[in-house]
Amino acid sequence: MSAALVAGTASETQASGRSQRHGADVLRAIRGNRKAMVGAFLLLVFTVLAIVPQWFTPVADPDAHQFGLLLAPSSAHPLGTTAFGQDILAQLIYGTRQSMVIAVVVGGLATLISVLIGVSAAYLGGVTDGVLSSITDIFLVIPTFPLIIVIAAYAGKGNLTVMILVLVVTGWSYGARQLRAQALSLRNRDFLESARVRGERPSYIIAVEVLPTMTSLILANFLGVALYAVLTAAGLQFIGLGDNSSMSWGTMLHWAQSNSALQTGQPLWVVAPGLCVAALGASFALLNYAFDEISNPALRPVRRPRAQRTRS
Amino acid sequence: MPSAPVLEARGLTVEYDTAAGPVRAVEDFDLDIHAGEFVAVVGESGCGKSTMLFALARLLSPPARVSAGSVTFRGRDLVTMTDRELAATRWRHLSVVMQSAMNALNPVTQIGAQFADAMRAHGERSREAIRRRSEEVLGLVGIDSVHLQSYPHQLSGGMRQRAMIAMALLFTPDLVIMDEPTSALDVVAQRSLMRQIKELQQRLGFAILFVTHDMSLVSHFSDRLVVMYAAQAVEVGATQGIFASPGHPYTQGLLDAFPSIRGPRVPLTGIPGNPPGLLDPPAGCRFAPRCPKRFDLCDVPPELYQAPQSRAACHLHAPVVEEVVR
Amino acid sequence: MRYLLRRLGFFVLTLWAAVTVNFLIPRLMPGDPASAMMARFHGRVNPAAMHSLEVAFGVNTSQGLWSQYVTYLHNTVTGNFGTSLTYFPLSVSTEIRQALPWTLGLIGVATVMAFVVGTFIGTVSGWRRGGVVDSVVPPVFVVTSALPYFWVGMMLILVFSVMTNGALPNDGAYEVGAVPTFSWAFGYDVVRHALLPAAAILITSIGGWILTMRNNMVTVLAEDYVRMGRAKGLSDREIMYQYAARNALLPNLAGFAMSLGFVVSGAILVEYVFNYPGLGYMLLNAVNNLDYPLMQALFLMITIAVLVAVLICDFLTAWLDPRARSNG
Repeated sequence: MSAALVAGTASETQASGRSQRHGADVLRAIRGNRKAMVGAFLLLVFTVLAIVPQWFTPVADPDAHQFGLLLAPSSAHPLGTTAFGQDILAQLIYGTRQSMVIAVVVGGLATLISVLIGVSAAYLGGVTDGVLSSITDIFLVIPTFPLIIVIAAYAGKGNLTVMILVLVVTGWSYGARQLRAQALSLRNRDFLESARVRGERPSYIIAVEVLPTMTSLILANFLGVALYAVLTAAGLQFIGLGDNSSMSWGTMLHWAQSNSALQTGQPLWVVAPGLCVAALGASFALLNYAFDEISNPALRPVRRPRAQRTRS
Repeated sequence: MPSAPVLEARGLTVEYDTAAGPVRAVEDFDLDIHAGEFVAVVGESGCGKSTMLFALARLLSPPARVSAGSVTFRGRDLVTMTDRELAATRWRHLSVVMQSAMNALNPVTQIGAQFADAMRAHGERSREAIRRRSEEVLGLVGIDSVHLQSYPHQLSGGMRQRAMIAMALLFTPDLVIMDEPTSALDVVAQRSLMRQIKELQQRLGFAILFVTHDMSLVSHFSDRLVVMYAAQAVEVGATQGIFASPGHPYTQGLLDAFPSIRGPRVPLTGIPGNPPGLLDPPAGCRFAPRCPKRFDLCDVPPELYQAPQSRAACHLHAPVVEEVVR
Repeated sequence: MRYLLRRLGFFVLTLWAAVTVNFLIPRLMPGDPASAMMARFHGRVNPAAMHSLEVAFGVNTSQGLWSQYVTYLHNTVTGNFGTSLTYFPLSVSTEIRQALPWTLGLIGVATVMAFVVGTFIGTVSGWRRGGVVDSVVPPVFVVTSALPYFWVGMMLILVFSVMTNGALPNDGAYEVGAVPTFSWAFGYDVVRHALLPAAAILITSIGGWILTMRNNMVTVLAEDYVRMGRAKGLSDREIMYQYAARNALLPNLAGFAMSLGFVVSGAILVEYVFNYPGLGYMLLNAVNNLDYPLMQALFLMITIAVLVAVLICDFLTAWLDPRARSNG
């Protein structure tokens, strides 16, 4: 989330500076930026794994306790087996799906709410803005993780829907704040003024003129929330508040920890799923950071020609 | 007034490194400024005048850089000086006034502190002396010394600009460079500030290089005028002379855009078209595509030829020679 | 002044919201904590424990919802959170008071250090564009900031504790059986035990500060007042600190305040991984033991800690930014 914060703060200080980039432009920009390429590649890999896990491992049911316990890595089990006799690599591959689902669903829903609240607050102004902003700030400041823990404890552990809901409820506030800032700065731009003068309704102005300009920020928000969701979900599953019987990286870490994997000589059980969480998170973070560089050329790495003495 | 030039720029060229190749924002620019002279540089947005200004003061930021030329200031070439040597000259002999004081003054420190750090950087240690000088320069522009404790955002727009000018005069430099210092103000405040600047100049004797897009603003105040177009100087000469009899069609076009308030009513004529992109400028005269007086010689780049009241880069004034190189 | 008053008002408002949420959660959730307790302890529930539940939830009382709320507010303000079910018969507030210094010490110090060091590195990185530092810093730290806190902790344990056969401890705040005293030996023990958890927090969170500060520096360096500083002939150092960093720091500070919620989540997990006896560790144990009064009080305590930190940031901003002081 610190990475999301990075991208976010930079954009906030120049909320009006984020230019719009459309379709093909974006693709070209991605191809030119190394960070974006790495991030996009990782994301692609994980998406494929999530959709067709069965192509990548011969094990049909990774959950079943079918193999020898705590086996070392071998050609049959490239990452070894768990204390329950499950193939670690197979679990890893099948676990991708849940993390991707969480990332995408939470990202999408939270971003939707952010847009609704942030843009409405900016446009409706006055008391409505005051109220919405206060609510946003409160949600922003209240430490949500302990809150999630408390709610999960009451609402029953192991419910994926509850976890998604809670992540959405706690994840929208940052984006709403940023989007509001940008919407405010756009409010007085000329092209909007002309729309107003033409007599267009506010909802039309918002939908047709404002939102397309904010696409890059909305996209950045999606990536930021996805990152937050992946990390927080992993954390929740790790401490046992996820669905312990489901297939996911966080749950793997949970079982690894409760079976003292590190101390009993099966570190891969811990290293591998954590690395996957990190990689998926990193892909979102890299893409987000790269988008910031693309929108603001000043942030790009400077390549000075060594040949000539640069005098400025 | 005429004496050895305080500043002499020759062949100054500034390039930007872009992904599409180098772009010359200033090309082969010459300039002379004598002691106590008020020189104005006018041109439309994007003609390179501000870039030229910052290049002269060695204040460019990457990816812009001086790729050719020299800037001789008080006998030394600024372009080849090291940063340390430059620091000694900065502010003491050459100071800068920028367009918007709200952006040019550090928002988190007091005005007095910003005056003081310039003085300390040049060796002044005595707090008392710093204070005295700060109050003195504020007095020159008519600001109460209590504002030394103020922050930039606490002053009005006009006061901020004047404070910036006061700061520029801390060491009574030989040359003050000004980048459109009045464009953030309303018309009345503009005139008042211009008068004040002129007054200060006459009193303290420093030279001024004033960049603006508004010709009428400098018509009464500047001694000499340089007109820039598409990174080049296209006309140079005494202000009154150029206004009376412009040598370059572009200058004529600029003057035609400002109606005289007392003269006969004439329809406003603009200059059709747009300035050329600088990535791949026209080979010959850069104004030719838009010029109402173009003829076949205009495919050749012009030099600054002698015109009736100025020097203009226009073949209309080219000396007639027997051998015409074609 | 108006600015500070506004921030104080926000502090109170948010605190009230947190308290109210705390009040509403058990009453909105399915199931009844009392019966859950009964089930857990197989019907043998101490009457004092039941009373504790009632203090926390107003369960089984004849009070209406509103008067329950008032009682709850009153109890909260007077620090009466009831008796802990896990550490029976110790009161919740006693428990919290024991855990609080460990959390403040470890998490507080590590987080502030990460912010300060990160900001400094970011300043230098943003100043020297085009150098080796600047091309390496962003990608590396973008990746480190995406690492899960608890996994980093586990990796540290793996490398420095397991693989080195216990060179650095990975369990608790001090050796088992040691008695906390104000002695050098104990202090040394505490520091040894704090090294790995602090490192976990530092590694994961520093990336964010470095990158934000760097980006802010880049933006600020393009401003006219920095150019003006150069024009005045000021030294590079003075421009970097007085002109650039002082301005770039302000949004960074605001970002710090906003990210504290996330820092807390990482801190809780780190405490869990290292069995560090702070508020987070206690919270997770409380959840496992269905110790509702303790859980809720901890949530409140953590919230208060964050809000206080935010308030401190607000005060710092007012001190550093004269515009905030005037505009309010």
